[in-house]
Amino acid sequence: MIYFDHNASTPVRPEVQEEMGACLADLPANPSSLHREGQRARAALEKARGHVATLVGASADEVTFVSGGTEGDHAGLIGAALALEKRGRRVAISAIEHHAVHGAAHLLARLGFAVEHLRVGRDGMVDPRAAASLPPDTTVVAVMMANNETGVIQPVAEVAARAREAGLRTLCDAVQAAGKIPVDFEGLGVAYLVVSAHKLGGPKGVGALIVRHGAPFEPLFRGSAHEFGRRGGTENVPGIVGFGVAAELAAREVAAESQRLRRLRARFEAGVRAYFPGAIVHGERAPRLPNTVNASFPGARSDHLLMSLDARGVAVSAGAACASGAVEPSPVLSAMGVPRELAVCALRFSMGRTTSEHEVDEVIAALVESVKAARAMGKSGTGARA
Amino acid sequence: MSEPTTIVLAAMSGGVDSGVAAALLAEQGYAVTGVTLKLWCYGKSPLSPRACCTLDAIEDARGVARAMGFPLFVVEAEEVFRARVLQPFLDAYAGGRTPYPCALCNQHLKFGDLVARMELVGAERLATGHYARVEHLADDTWALLRAADREKDQSYALALIPYDVLPRVLFPLGGLSKHEVREHGRRLGLTLWDKVESQDLCFVPDGDYAGYMVRNLGEIRGTAPGPFLDSAGRTLGTHRGVIHYTVGQRRGLGLVAREPLYVLAVDAERNAVVVGTKAELDAPGLVTAPANWLMPVPPESGARAEVKIRYHHAPAPATLHPRADGSVEVRFDEPQTAVTPGQLAVFYDGDRVLGGASIAHALSTGARTDAGLLHTEAQGDAGALRAGASAGADLLCTDAQGDARALHTGARPDISRAGITAAS
Repeated sequence: MIYFDHNASTPVRPEVQEEMGACLADLPANPSSLHREGQRARAALEKARGHVATLVGASADEVTFVSGGTEGDHAGLIGAALALEKRGRRVAISAIEHHAVHGAAHLLARLGFAVEHLRVGRDGMVDPRAAASLPPDTTVVAVMMANNETGVIQPVAEVAARAREAGLRTLCDAVQAAGKIPVDFEGLGVAYLVVSAHKLGGPKGVGALIVRHGAPFEPLFRGSAHEFGRRGGTENVPGIVGFGVAAELAAREVAAESQRLRRLRARFEAGVRAYFPGAIVHGERAPRLPNTVNASFPGARSDHLLMSLDARGVAVSAGAACASGAVEPSPVLSAMGVPRELAVCALRFSMGRTTSEHEVDEVIAALVESVKAARAMGKSGTGARA
Repeated sequence: MSEPTTIVLAAMSGGVDSGVAAALLAEQGYAVTGVTLKLWCYGKSPLSPRACCTLDAIEDARGVARAMGFPLFVVEAEEVFRARVLQPFLDAYAGGRTPYPCALCNQHLKFGDLVARMELVGAERLATGHYARVEHLADDTWALLRAADREKDQSYALALIPYDVLPRVLFPLGGLSKHEVREHGRRLGLTLWDKVESQDLCFVPDGDYAGYMVRNLGEIRGTAPGPFLDSAGRTLGTHRGVIHYTVGQRRGLGLVAREPLYVLAVDAERNAVVVGTKAELDAPGLVTAPANWLMPVPPESGARAEVKIRYHHAPAPATLHPRADGSVEVRFDEPQTAVTPGQLAVFYDGDRVLGGASIAHALSTGARTDAGLLHTEAQGDAGALRAGASAGADLLCTDAQGDARALHTGARPDISRAGITAAS
């Protein structure tokens, strides 16, 4: 199988597997325990915290381990909104945020908060000026660092600067960016940042919410003083240890890997253009993650393409899945103004550490066959029209 | 692809039959790819969990795929379903006919849309959980045959599928009984092995067709009150709208007469429901819409066949007269009760399905038979329709899910189109 779905999850690095295995075998204690076994577990935890802090340019004590991106987004948005409640009960999120941020905003709405949505342009980017003209009772604005579907990199630093001028805090979901491009918590100027281990070679079920020193914050999980009082619950030590190793490797390699992926993407996009002159790469003109290509092949429905590529040994992602698991047009593309007939023909290709030039060529070849088959199906009259 | 094994696309509704069928193929070493057609937007649909094609059913299909270790895809087929099954269903009711949507679903979705999808995954075979068999004959032609288990046989529902898909179809359950199928399910550790079967059309979970059409699909055609007429044209009362009546219906007419009255015809054009005695339900024959033949060359005029006119009808010996326009005039050896426009007439030669077609109208008693002169189906005259159209209607979708034992026999002509479940 050629795996072109690294934005969904990327393989766990062997070094990570090794450290996690050792941790499971040798660090049985609770890191909050006071005895020396507990202290050993704590030491492993804190080492990992340091690596994650380094990866994103934060201080170790700003790093809060959580169960992943979704928890990080909830804890960050809700935790900030609750802490700032006295100033106002309104938050703003960009229209193209991950479901997790939309979900957290829904919960806030359920609690009586107002939710604003920042529009994106046709290029898939948020306009930073929007952050300056929000209603005065707005307290937090959430803008992701890079979109998971299109890979479009958002002007987070500009949004955060304008937000600061207006007295707002910024939450940045950097789940898709971390490990693919450099992430600098300090430089972005945001108050809250979210990363996830399994998108950068670590295990699933662990992530981090970075909370700037002094930033208002109320924990979601309470009852004990874990994680500086920001997240109750015994830490997932093996997962966090794995996250730490993955973060350490990613921090060391991100510059070179980013370049390598950029070359692979150029090769892939050249192939797409050569074989499919009518194809549309979404967000093509915007700065994008070096590993992500979201493209529509007019006349070839993405659910057909996905099945066909799967049968040819290529794993890709298509739009959004509805409750039944059927493919639906992506809300991100809709927010960018992509017409429905093109949105239902979009596929996301996302490359990663295991991707080679040879694989890129193989995917193009499989795509040539699959687009042909999917277009034939669209024209057959029996199939759902694209 | 260097796959050494045959790739099979297995249609999986989430029911026991299609699940076990796919699992058996996987066990036999076929490279199975499961596919579940999404016919509805589940966010809005009020479907009950008992009917097939619900989210629960999709989970059941996934459960089989996970247990057997093959992939399953849920594919969007709402548009095709709406255009090719649902709309014709509504149009038929509004036109006074009693449709059989399962045949259309098989024709356009399972053996249409899915056949097209075979190319996508490079599948050589398409498998479903139907109780039917396919045979490669000595002269290199193909035949659709009844299932070994006559009780479960679903060949009637398959009569409209294209002949040219037969070489590519697998019916793993064709030689099994329902009991054996469930036992296989249990043996293979499939959690759905003892699942209750749906007894209804998958999109009308409570069996109230008329109510469903009006409430859920916004149907207004056929809902205006109009006259009950007898076969001489006299008005006997007022009906509630043609959508509520089917040929052969006895209950719920609210008419007082010396002997029980049955619906003889539903004349949507005149918004009239024609009623009469049981004897008037008998028809010597029928004329179909253009037929689908499951043989390379349609039979000659005068060919003999047994003709089944609804799901649970015992096939009746008859003579077929195929016409130039593709329709067929059928003359029964003995008059048949309840020839219902919209239902299928399926032509059998022993176990073999020769073909099938939607019934356009019944022939009236005493109508002269001259197949050569009766040319267009559109000419089906009102007299023949009124006097000859007859009782129905055992209309359950027992195609993929139904259990024949639970159903009443088709000969009972007192079932409302709108009240099937209550009656069964």
